[in-house]
Amino acid sequence: MVEGTEPMSERERILGRIREALKGRAPLPGHHGEVVENFAGPERETFSQWLPAVGNTKKAKFEAFAKASADLKTDFRHVADEATMIRELRSVAKEEGWIKVASHHTDLTDMACGKLGLPTLWTDGGYDVNEMESCDVGISVCDALVAQTGTIVLTSRTGGGRALSVLPPHHVVLAHSKQMVRDLPAAFALLKERFGDGFPSMMTLITGPSRTGDIERILVLGAHGPKKLTVLCHD
Amino acid sequence: MSSPVSQFKTDATAKAGDLRHRGLIQTALRKYEIVRDVRKGAFQDWEQARQSAAETKFFAINHLDTHLVEFAEKLEARGTKVHWASTASQAREIIGGIIKQKQAKSVVKSKAMTAEEIHLNPALEKLGFEVVESDLGEYIVQLREEAPYHIVFPAMHLTRAEISDLFHNKLGSPETHSPEELTMIARDALREKYITADIGITGANFAIAETGMISVTENEGNARLSAALPKTMISLLGIEKVLPKLEDLALFLPMLATAGAGQQITCYNTMYGGPRQADECDGPEEYHVVLLDNRRTELLADPEQRDALHCIRCGACLNVCPIFRNVGGHTYGTTYSGPIGSVITPHLRGLQDWKHLSNSSSLCGACTETCPVKIDLHHHLLHNRRNASAGKPSVLERLAYRIYAIAVNTPGFWGLGKRIGRLAYPFARFFSGTIYDPARAWTKTRDLPPMPGQSFKEWWKERNR
Repeated sequence: MVEGTEPMSERERILGRIREALKGRAPLPGHHGEVVENFAGPERETFSQWLPAVGNTKKAKFEAFAKASADLKTDFRHVADEATMIRELRSVAKEEGWIKVASHHTDLTDMACGKLGLPTLWTDGGYDVNEMESCDVGISVCDALVAQTGTIVLTSRTGGGRALSVLPPHHVVLAHSKQMVRDLPAAFALLKERFGDGFPSMMTLITGPSRTGDIERILVLGAHGPKKLTVLCHD
Repeated sequence: MSSPVSQFKTDATAKAGDLRHRGLIQTALRKYEIVRDVRKGAFQDWEQARQSAAETKFFAINHLDTHLVEFAEKLEARGTKVHWASTASQAREIIGGIIKQKQAKSVVKSKAMTAEEIHLNPALEKLGFEVVESDLGEYIVQLREEAPYHIVFPAMHLTRAEISDLFHNKLGSPETHSPEELTMIARDALREKYITADIGITGANFAIAETGMISVTENEGNARLSAALPKTMISLLGIEKVLPKLEDLALFLPMLATAGAGQQITCYNTMYGGPRQADECDGPEEYHVVLLDNRRTELLADPEQRDALHCIRCGACLNVCPIFRNVGGHTYGTTYSGPIGSVITPHLRGLQDWKHLSNSSSLCGACTETCPVKIDLHHHLLHNRRNASAGKPSVLERLAYRIYAIAVNTPGFWGLGKRIGRLAYPFARFFSGTIYDPARAWTKTRDLPPMPGQSFKEWWKERNR
């Protein structure tokens, strides 16, 4: 099969055509058709200046995250301490009548799931997909919260795998207020710093519960992923 | 089989007069315009963001060879198998081969325009595999056995009543006009597919050279599930998807969401760089990335129109295009519709067969103005017109213009024409737009303007007397 198509030679053919094609020089966009010599690429440090503004104080960042969350219908609760966070988690569990939860091992999730006292599916080291599908909630930690967009950043290595945050009908994120970053450029800088010498196989930016507008452009939550997203963040 | 141009003309005429269709499209796009403008307004400087995005894609495309090599090597280092396909049929063979080798039964697929481009689903179905589209809009058009209407909103042309009927007939679900209930019907039907599928196929919005990752943008979570549960994952993408650096996503993700759907950022933006790693608990055992040329290198070889490869498939140019809004997505008869489709289709599928698309434009420039990566779309439509007529000149058209040039350059002729026009005008009404009218294609939908009793020249003379 694959061997028969000689992938190496096709690779060389495509690269050869590209090199040949690039011998003609194209004008730089926004320069009125002019070919600019030795263009070294965009000035990436300016990106932050064009994107939507976010203040750099803790208060401004939390306000921005809260506002984005309200728009997105993310249930965001910023609480004083870990104990309050656990109380909030338990009240959500009670309200929704959780029977079984899915999570992954970290100090915070171990403690939180312990306090919930419900049967827990741990994803570490592998799990049964059908069993996870039957869980009421996936509880995970994250790598960062992005104030600018109300986004949660997590990876397959640090967030309990690929499915935990998308398969159960409710995703709960447990976070620390120190994890709040200002904007998207800061979030990507953080990912590079944290994983630069070995990236996980998946990194995701989650912004609100799953949604669709495919039927008459009317918003419906919970298209395929979670219908609910809760972010509990403590100081 | 009718030719692309006659099919286009027939469908365009029908759709332009279809008031129900117009109503649906106008409503959907008006909603889009409102939210898009709010999101654009939130940028500190949208115009500078466009310039930065255009420069980033310019750099990516004009060093495509080095970026692709870097992308592939980084992916391979993490255990991904990278395949290179020059043609659509090679790409179909590669993907079919992987599925056969895995002895897979069912395939779950998330939205990928590249897969539409190479007609992947029919090819896989021919091999006996069930392919399920998991994006809600794509699932709906797949059940209807038609092509996506729009590159971002595939089922934009349908009402909830039609979708309810479709689900009722195909899935046996109870009729409902609630978009929420309809979405849940699809959710339940597809859940089982994810869990049982052997293969997950995705497209990609970006290919990050620096880190060897694809980035997939979606709202529903269907791509994430397709990439999490099946044992084998395949991503199909055009070679033009590259971005040089990971942090380029910080600019491109919000711009794609803003221009494409009026969102600040799409719900899920996920980067995949390999199969399940040793320290991970789930994910596919095998990951294949298929890089597709399919004549993109021909477009690359045209420096004048190379920037068409900067396209991030946001669909913004479709949404603002007066032609698209009148004739709709299916009329184009192409994978990529709207202005960007009219620009690239002649390159991907043959200039002479698809040159009519360059004429289906008012040259208003709304597409160029809205494009988040500043592709010079409406000028490229002119370039295609020029190239088409240089390649295959129309003798009659040339003759007509030559006669016109003589007429407007010779005052005597012009004056004579004017007088004949005035005499003939009262009679012209009787056959203008009828089958006896040689200019019928133009006049059947337009009123003949009245001939003024006095020309400017005559008026000027009289005034200065």
